[in-house]
Amino acid sequence: MALVDINAKIPNNVDLAGDRRLQRALEQWQPKFIRWWEDLGPSAFKRNPVFLRTAIDVGRDGWANFDHVEMPDYRWGVFLAEPEPDRKIAFGDHKGTDVWQEVPGEYRSELQRLIVVQGDTEPASVEQQRHLSLTAPSLYDMRNLFQVNVEEGRHLWAMVYLLHRYFGRDGRDEADEMLERHSGDADNPRILGAFNEETPDWLSFYMFTYFTDRDGKYQLASLRESAFDPLSRTCDFMLKEEAHHMFVGTSGVTRVVQRTAELMNEHGTDDVHPHGGLNLDLLQKYINFHYSVSLDLFGAETSTNAANYFAAGLKGRFQEERRDDDHLLKTSYRDVPTVDGEGADSRIASREVTQLSALNETLRDDYIEDCRKGLDRWNRTLASAGIDFTFALPHSAFNREVGVFRDHKVSPDGRLLSNGQWNESVESWLPTADDRAHVGSLMKGVTEPGVMAGWVAPPAQGIHQKPVEYDYVKL
Amino acid sequence: MSSAEATATPTPTIDFRTSPDRYHHWTTSYDGAIATVHMAVSPDHGLMGDYELKTNSYDLGVDIELNDIVQRLRFEHPEVKVVVLTGGLDKIFCAGANIQMLAGSTHGHKVNFCKFTNETRNAIEDATANSRQTWLAAVNGTAAGGGYELALACDEIILIDDRASAVSLPELPLLAVLPGTGGLTRVVDKRLVRRDLADAFATKTEGVRGKTAMQWGLVDHVAPASSFDDAVNERAEARASGSDRPTNVAGIELVPLRRSIDGDTVSYDNVIVAIDRATGTATFTIDAPSDPQPTTGDQLAAAGADGWLLSTVRQLDDAVLHLRFNETDVGTWMFTTVGSADAVTQAEAVLGSDAEHWLVREVRLFWARTLKRIDVSARTLMAGVEPGSCFTGTLAELLLAADRSFMLEGTWEDEDDPPPPATITLTEANRGWYPMSNGLSRLETRFWKRADAYDRAAKTIGSALTATEALDAELITFAPDDLDWHDEIRLALEERNSFSPDALTGMEANYRFPGPETMETKIFSRLTAWQNWIFQRPNAAGPDGALRRFGTGSRPDYDPNRV
Ligand SMILES: [Fe+2]
Ligand SMILES: [Fe+2]
Repeated sequence: MALVDINAKIPNNVDLAGDRRLQRALEQWQPKFIRWWEDLGPSAFKRNPVFLRTAIDVGRDGWANFDHVEMPDYRWGVFLAEPEPDRKIAFGDHKGTDVWQEVPGEYRSELQRLIVVQGDTEPASVEQQRHLSLTAPSLYDMRNLFQVNVEEGRHLWAMVYLLHRYFGRDGRDEADEMLERHSGDADNPRILGAFNEETPDWLSFYMFTYFTDRDGKYQLASLRESAFDPLSRTCDFMLKEEAHHMFVGTSGVTRVVQRTAELMNEHGTDDVHPHGGLNLDLLQKYINFHYSVSLDLFGAETSTNAANYFAAGLKGRFQEERRDDDHLLKTSYRDVPTVDGEGADSRIASREVTQLSALNETLRDDYIEDCRKGLDRWNRTLASAGIDFTFALPHSAFNREVGVFRDHKVSPDGRLLSNGQWNESVESWLPTADDRAHVGSLMKGVTEPGVMAGWVAPPAQGIHQKPVEYDYVKL
Repeated sequence: MSSAEATATPTPTIDFRTSPDRYHHWTTSYDGAIATVHMAVSPDHGLMGDYELKTNSYDLGVDIELNDIVQRLRFEHPEVKVVVLTGGLDKIFCAGANIQMLAGSTHGHKVNFCKFTNETRNAIEDATANSRQTWLAAVNGTAAGGGYELALACDEIILIDDRASAVSLPELPLLAVLPGTGGLTRVVDKRLVRRDLADAFATKTEGVRGKTAMQWGLVDHVAPASSFDDAVNERAEARASGSDRPTNVAGIELVPLRRSIDGDTVSYDNVIVAIDRATGTATFTIDAPSDPQPTTGDQLAAAGADGWLLSTVRQLDDAVLHLRFNETDVGTWMFTTVGSADAVTQAEAVLGSDAEHWLVREVRLFWARTLKRIDVSARTLMAGVEPGSCFTGTLAELLLAADRSFMLEGTWEDEDDPPPPATITLTEANRGWYPMSNGLSRLETRFWKRADAYDRAAKTIGSALTATEALDAELITFAPDDLDWHDEIRLALEERNSFSPDALTGMEANYRFPGPETMETKIFSRLTAWQNWIFQRPNAAGPDGALRRFGTGSRPDYDPNRV
């Protein structure tokens, strides 16, 4: 690749043209990425021009360039947020000293692991969502799906950039392996369990982008605090894109709720399934499922890994610098949940631990707070349609596979249950096969510009000042 | 993340370079084939701290002179076939390491000190066995602890039978530690003293005298005071007649070693050591010869101490000792070489082609000892092979000594006129010229019980191997290319620097010496490890322990629990 081409082909602000080593590494990796995209990226509309946003710079104008692009020609780029001059480490044992521009050998393996775990989720979600375009409820939605997909691809590029640039041969091997692991592959699965589940339908997609991408937001935000400045700047920029993914989730679920309310009012019934809609209790079950699975992504309540990462300065808390404490967390305490007693006598209680050991729980708390906002919005949608129903987040002990509750059955309102009690009620709490079948039955692709599937309301507005009926994907 | 404390309290530099005109503690007299080394330690010339070196007790300074004596006898005195080691004070041969010195030393210094004294005693045995310069101990007074261990390093021990002089290893009963310079090992492994008698011996504060000492095998001969000198002479003459050392040949003078220390750089003529304190790394750069080197032993002798082979090993040896004692927080040594590989091959050829020559033999043995010093150094050893380097034969031993090696695959691509890719070359030197303490070559040790791998590597002898070929032959660890080179090495060094130095030392020592045990490996592993543990235990070093209570009149208070 000639030097003049490389910046056009791979937009970047990391002086790719001047970094021969990085160029060579990315040149070797890029064809593998394209092959992966062809094999495991979107399974349909592969060559249709899609109205996509491409980042070509980090500035106000550069990061959001809109045009119709065929996805394999999308210009996946490498961008780091502008450096903050004289940035200091904000927390942990190295607090107050200069941030690192190179990986300290001491923390090489930990940093590499953090980046690999984060990076692995990016292509995973593309794989999980690869068949969804066939059943997109509108061209607008299909475009949003593809936008999320290409940006998850770019997030993979961002992590691969770090691995290539800072982690030598090990880093290149890891970058290759991120294309070799596949979501749901029995022999070579994605690292985190939640990323091995298929996203089978659009309701799941909206829920995933609302709940699971939001986990991504919190992970990225805590990595943005990292003492390793290139990681910090990379995550900072990714967060801008992540905001759109969560918008797809928030607005997607809102439109479903809105459509259900319309159908309920139109037909005077709670049961809108016969009318091609999705019942509110079914939506609550999907919320319960996606929320609880996403809570697991934060890890166990107490974690020595998280404490070590924090003490070393590798991973901070959400908005670390805005917090008013010593940023060392060794002598301040907080409660974490626990289960006391045995069998029928057991109850959910709490115990006090150092803040340092409870960082996962603290990040989860921040996430939970954020999740509530969407529910408030959906509840307002219902209220303004005059419908007396309130969505609620289940108790954080509900349906957990990770942490102290993994061996306990807990109801959405936080009661410890026997297995028998759980089995009696689980169908009213989590999506059943019938629920999924019903959702599946509604998944029919709609490709006429401006037309929406019957189970979802149109968006309030289009993308980038285009009307809703714009041909977001050219067929 | 380097340790600022360690550099904040500068300790005086310990210099291992000395010469007879500067000795305080020893004199040597020459009589044809027999040299006599008299130990008469000057109490006022302790190397560090305020202790008095009474009763021929020694500290590092005394041993630095002894080390110099052993070296000079080999190189400067080819005619000397027997060395008699004897005490120069009344009724005392040697009282061992000075207790006040030990009590006032840091643990690190004690360990370092023991290692060096062990190496000197090994060098004495090496002189006897391989230079055919036989050391005899004329124990003309009490030989206690390290004093008896010094005698044990000699090939024969002649003990004066004056009803008073005893040999003893009183460390355990008196000080609650072990004899630190191979005494326990040599009593059973070298002198073949029965283990129950050895047990009785090492728990007997006053030691064993005269005939009993001989019966138990602790000494070879006893003689009364009146005929002691004759007995010693007789043994010396007898042993001299069995030596193949030349008679009418001049030695070569070990001229003073030129060294300059400028900040963090230590420079010799052919060896430069650059210290990077941020990563705790000392990078050795060893230059290949720039002129043609001697091709016969006589030419080698004519070149004297300036010949590349001898001057380089002297410099390397001094650098290793300097770093060991004066740069204790520099935990990684990275070996690099610069120059023509052919020149190294040419220079070392004489070590094979004229191997019987007395000086050729000495030079080879010196390299072997220095390489062993590197093996037992408590430092991470790395080697970096770049274009323009000369890891060939003798210098390739450094590659094989390393815990980890890096070799650039290809060349520096950014340079306008890139050098040819780096190569390494094994030669006959790697097949046994420089045995390790386990008695095997580094190549044999590397492929212990893997005859196929050994053969595959040995087949490459004489061929210059590229990085890929060297990886195939399992001679290097990693072969990063130009793009990764600097990062890989930086990360490896930084990572190493972040680990516990103690745990690293332990791990490295465990991995470096697969294969058979020898007296030397036992001394450097078993004895050293036990000793270092015991030195840290309250029974020895605690406030009520034996080291602290020694000489106070009150008995130590031991924790009775066995661990
Ligand atoms: Fe992402
Ligand atoms: Fe995302």
